[in-house]
Amino acid sequence: MALAQAKSDATEARLSGLTIPEGGAAWAREARHDALNRLQGMGLPYRRDEYWRFTNPAEFLTQETPRAEIALDAPGFEGTEVLRVVFTDGVFDAEASDALEQDGLEIERFSEAVTKDIHWVKGLLGVLETAGQNRVDRPLAIFNTAFAEDGLVLRATGKVGKPVHVEYRRSNETAEAVLRHMVRVEDGAELTLLESGVGASRLNTGMEVDIADNGAFHHVRMQGRDHERRAATHVFARLGQESTFKSFTLSLNGMMTRNEVIITLKGDDAVAHVAGAALGDGRDFHHDDTVFVTHDAVNCESRQVFKKVLRNGATGVFQGKILVEPDAQKTDGYQISQSLLLDEDANFLAKPELEIYADDVQCSHGSTSGAIDETALFYLKSRGIPEDKAQDLLVLAFVAEALAEIEDEELAETLREQLAGWLERRR
Amino acid sequence: MLNIKGLKVKLEEEDKQILKGVDLEVGAGQVHAIMGPNGSGKSTLSYVLSGRDGYEVTEGEASLDGVDLLDMDPEERAAEGLFLAFQYPVEIPGVGNMTFLRTAYNAQRKARGEEEASAAEFLKIVREKAKDLKIDAEMLKRPVNVGFSGGEKKRNEILQMAVLEPKMCILDETDSGLDVDAMKLVSDGVNALRSEGRSFLVITHYQRLLDHITPDVVHIMANGRIVKSGGPELALEVEKNGYADLMDEVQ
Ligand SMILES: Nc1ncnc2c1ncn2[C@@H]1O[C@H](COP(=O)(O)OP(=O)(O)OP(=O)(O)O)[C@@H](O)[C@H]1O
Ligand SMILES: [Mg+2]
Repeated sequence: MALAQAKSDATEARLSGLTIPEGGAAWAREARHDALNRLQGMGLPYRRDEYWRFTNPAEFLTQETPRAEIALDAPGFEGTEVLRVVFTDGVFDAEASDALEQDGLEIERFSEAVTKDIHWVKGLLGVLETAGQNRVDRPLAIFNTAFAEDGLVLRATGKVGKPVHVEYRRSNETAEAVLRHMVRVEDGAELTLLESGVGASRLNTGMEVDIADNGAFHHVRMQGRDHERRAATHVFARLGQESTFKSFTLSLNGMMTRNEVIITLKGDDAVAHVAGAALGDGRDFHHDDTVFVTHDAVNCESRQVFKKVLRNGATGVFQGKILVEPDAQKTDGYQISQSLLLDEDANFLAKPELEIYADDVQCSHGSTSGAIDETALFYLKSRGIPEDKAQDLLVLAFVAEALAEIEDEELAETLREQLAGWLERRR
Repeated sequence: MLNIKGLKVKLEEEDKQILKGVDLEVGAGQVHAIMGPNGSGKSTLSYVLSGRDGYEVTEGEASLDGVDLLDMDPEERAAEGLFLAFQYPVEIPGVGNMTFLRTAYNAQRKARGEEEASAAEFLKIVREKAKDLKIDAEMLKRPVNVGFSGGEKKRNEILQMAVLEPKMCILDETDSGLDVDAMKLVSDGVNALRSEGRSFLVITHYQRLLDHITPDVVHIMANGRIVKSGGPELALEVEKNGYADLMDEVQ
């Protein structure tokens, strides 16, 4: 089917002048060209697309990178001992990074991995992304497959002690960054990946995570400070038998953020949790969490827990889906998305969906939107706690359910502090 | 200490007069009790004194040690030393009891220009008072009032009072829902706090509480007014005969 003229024009305009990264092994070139072809056929997201009904993709489509003020570096995970990997303006920064070595882990730059004729990444690059185009189009993810030059490639072969911390930095007001991370967690291995920092004026990150049987992958991400950023992120995960995937994102500020997480439970008894908390202040704040969980094995559990706190005209979006394939009996799927609107100006738009083809399943979803509990507020104030402090306590309480999804207590505490700091600064 | 004169209060949202001219004076160090039929306005009086939204004072005044209460925000009244033990303590999921208490304690100290207590110092203060009220450490870690039994909630109110050391304490039916032993604990808690500089206004339906906490004055509130005041024997009379005789007498 031919694309609508406006859509194909917009796609042409955005892609003109962009070229697929040179070099690379034959398989990488092939994956990139295939992506470009798919992208041209599909077209970039367009305002009328159903999947972009609540979020205007225009900011991702301008040919020129929007200017964005460089914010202070967010202190990321300072209390935690990590293997730090820094990307500045979307390029690996060897000076600022630790040596890429760690027990139980193979770690290298994406840009190097794709030059090797023989590499495990060959079997994964674009594979989960392509499979993730089920039911809906995710052209910005294809864009990432086609154009990403740098990123990290991680293969956990054992229980990796220190988390890998990817820190994004910026030195340029119009830096555009397209980064691709590839992760493979082998049988019985465990890996924690942290992400933080201001990234780019316009950031597109893609991640494919393949978790073998009994593997565990934990992902904790902080998006903060750089209010003027536009970010489109995709995490694609495939889970083997009895494996675990847990991802949490704390998002503070951000003019335009779209975080998509696409999970497929492929092996029996696997567990996938994806959660997030977003705080937005101001009419120019827009945060979108879009999640798609496919149950394709027996006795798997999935949870989606998202909380948003919005004020002064900020907008929050949640699109969450649980798809249960015919053979996925004994599925336990849970999805909750809630927003706390601190004034009447804030907007919350939610589209929770279930699509179920198996009969022995337990799935629930709920979405609520509410104001601060005045009775609780009065109770706190009657004990001498000033209004704004009382409100902060209730905000922290509201997001607590999402933060509780983070298994590591130390990391959870770091995020709680970030949140409290944000509340105190009010941006 | 507490001075209320001709206080008239209506609901903000509707044209409903609830307090129709309340006069009450509680002297320093005194304990006053208020009894009265359901719906007579006892809780409303306590809410209006502590600054809850939704009520409009149409006439009258209320002051604490000469400071006008009605113009202040609830948190300012608290810092001035006013405390209300709620008839229905509020559950606040996600806010730890200990965090709540410490935030309140330090906020009040800050408002009064006093030094804030460190986490360790504060823990010591709370532990001691909690022990007296038989509130175990586990309960302090839980979110405020969440999953507490009715009696535990009431004891938690008294713990807050003991920690915050207000000078004017209003207890709204703190005795209801308490078993005999808990009633004793709570009363002991209150009695321990009695001092020359601290006053109590105890709202209750039962004379039993007043056996433990002996009031200086007992008031009967009916239909938005204090219709009769007397000594402790007034409570005994209510217990025996209900309000019907009293009401006849007033009419
Ligand atoms: N926010 C409100 N909206 C509607 N009516 C109210 C409100 N607050 C109080 N009232 C009414 O005002 C009257 C007094 O209520 P209040 O709670 O003060 O009584 P009370 O004396 O404490 O009763 P009880 O002994 O049952 O606790 C009642 O008729 C009650 O329904
Ligand atoms: Mg009452």
